Amino acid sequence: MKIVVCIKQVPDTKGGVKFNPDGTLDRAAMLAIMNPDDKAGLEAALRIKDEIGAEVTVLTMGLPKADDVLREALAMGADHAVLVTDRVLGGADTWATSTTIAGALRNLDYDLIITGRQAIDGDTAQVGPQIAEHLGVPVISYAEDIKVEGDSVIVKRQYEDRYHVLKAKMPCLITALSELNTPRYMTPGGIFDAYEKEVTVWGRADLKDVDDADLGLKGSPTKIAKASDKVRKGAGEKVTLDPTESVAYLMGKLKEKHVI
Amino acid sequence: MDFGLDKKHEMARTLFREFAETEVKPRAQEVDETEEFPADTVAKMAKSGFMGIPVPKEYGGQGCDPLTYVMCVEELSKVCATTGVIVSAHTSLCIDPILTYGTEEQKQKYVRPLAAGEKLGAFALTEPGAGTDAQGAQTKAVLDGDEWVLNGSKCFITNGKVADVYIVIAITSVTEDKRGRKKKNFSAFIVEKGAPGFSFGTKEKKMGIRGSSTYELIFEDCRIPKDALLGPEGKGFPVAMHTLDGGRIGIAAQALGIAEGALDRAIAYTKERKQFGRSIAQQQNTQFKLADMATRVEAAQMLVYKAAMAKETQKVYSVEAAKAKLFAAETAMAVTTEVVQLFGGYGYIREYDVERMMRDAKITEIYEGTSEVQRMVISGALLK
Repeated sequence: MKIVVCIKQVPDTKGGVKFNPDGTLDRAAMLAIMNPDDKAGLEAALRIKDEIGAEVTVLTMGLPKADDVLREALAMGADHAVLVTDRVLGGADTWATSTTIAGALRNLDYDLIITGRQAIDGDTAQVGPQIAEHLGVPVISYAEDIKVEGDSVIVKRQYEDRYHVLKAKMPCLITALSELNTPRYMTPGGIFDAYEKEVTVWGRADLKDVDDADLGLKGSPTKIAKASDKVRKGAGEKVTLDPTESVAYLMGKLKEKHVI
Repeated sequence: MDFGLDKKHEMARTLFREFAETEVKPRAQEVDETEEFPADTVAKMAKSGFMGIPVPKEYGGQGCDPLTYVMCVEELSKVCATTGVIVSAHTSLCIDPILTYGTEEQKQKYVRPLAAGEKLGAFALTEPGAGTDAQGAQTKAVLDGDEWVLNGSKCFITNGKVADVYIVIAITSVTEDKRGRKKKNFSAFIVEKGAPGFSFGTKEKKMGIRGSSTYELIFEDCRIPKDALLGPEGKGFPVAMHTLDGGRIGIAAQALGIAEGALDRAIAYTKERKQFGRSIAQQQNTQFKLADMATRVEAAQMLVYKAAMAKETQKVYSVEAAKAKLFAAETAMAVTTEVVQLFGGYGYIREYDVERMMRDAKITEIYEGTSEVQRMVISGALLK
């Protein structure tokens, strides 16, 4: 069985977000990590590999330094890695990104494609389902459990208040939630091997059945007007009162704000 | 000459740091307080390949170099020196001599499960009457048919009761030289837990590295197979000394990690702690202390990494190992003492980790050769 996992190198937002003067993300100023949902997707693929055997390829589109995140995936246990990088692909929104990734996937054999639900830098959750549309394969999003049964997958799909259990014939695409699992650590030997392996590098010319008009900044219908960091909430007001006083205090506040 | 790390070593450091922060740091205080061996952490380390880092893949290891292993001990020790020494004693003192002196059969039998972390290793040289003067050891081994019979005891053994495989040094003969002076000839043995006549004595209550299992080993007519001999008969002393050369690099890495961990805490704390209306980091006394500590820590790191690289490329690296251990251990002691001082009263309280780090640092000046022994090794090479 062949699995392709799409991963993205994203800025680690744990330490806050930094912007360039033009409002775009200052990626150089932030530590780059593997997107958490994608890492859970990779772990899911590696567990399938451990249990029933599979060949796992990781695929990313990005700057040449996205090589780091591919090596990390190899060090965790992926078998092959493909980096799609080309100046003409820069500035892509979700449409141009999914077009590019689909163009790369057309060169690969796959039974299953796994992507993360969404990336922590864009939070759109669009790329996975769009790839499936481009390739004409079924998509099951928000997976919190994945099982392979014969030529099908059985996926537990998370909703806000319930979950669905869906069965789909492969080939298909699944988008993974970070809650799906706890990804394994790399191993020291895996890291050494990862740097011995070759990462396949593809450019625009290697993408199959894609139109230039759908690629890069020019092929991106989304225009970002403005981006900014979240405004931090104030510390709030702390009061220590007995129950009767508390009620009076709260009622006063609610009246003051015209809630009641 | 290149002082930078390549990408794979950088990535290995990221791995060790993430593991240490996530899996080891949250348990460090509890491990110290309860003096319980962190078996769960060791199991997780085994799963991630940390118990056989510099071991060739053909023996089930990770196939990495000594530098990678040293970085692992360093990063673990930054947050928990107990965890650092468990890996160090297991790897440097048990796996390494079997890899270096063992027969192919011994390597297949012992190194594989040790490198996978399915079994834990220990090394026993020190005796109640033989520390720095290792020649003073009394434990004897006598060949009886197809078995060696061991009698004696070993003390202060790291991974003492939790280990499965022990390298034990014992006297196998006494010879006289021309002037009639008696000389003990030692041999090294591989002893498995459960060997008849092998038992454990007292558990030591220690100042630091309190989660590490430190025990006395007792051999009373302990019978082990003839082929448990490691290396040639009568060559146990050079086996032990060469093993300790490697072990000292591991302990130097542990000391380095303790110093780095304490310095990291000091930087964070002095920025937050306010006295006289400003943070103590804004006061020059603190700034100069931090500068001195950072300089010393980096110098220690260079010596430790140099020794690790010497182990990879040179047959003999005693002096490099001795310098690294001497300087890193004394740096750990000096830095942790200074950091406790910067923390003031809070530094003396167990809730703040620097108190533990200061207690943990002291042992690095003592075990696997005291600082005095390291000076003997270094000066011996200068004056020969």
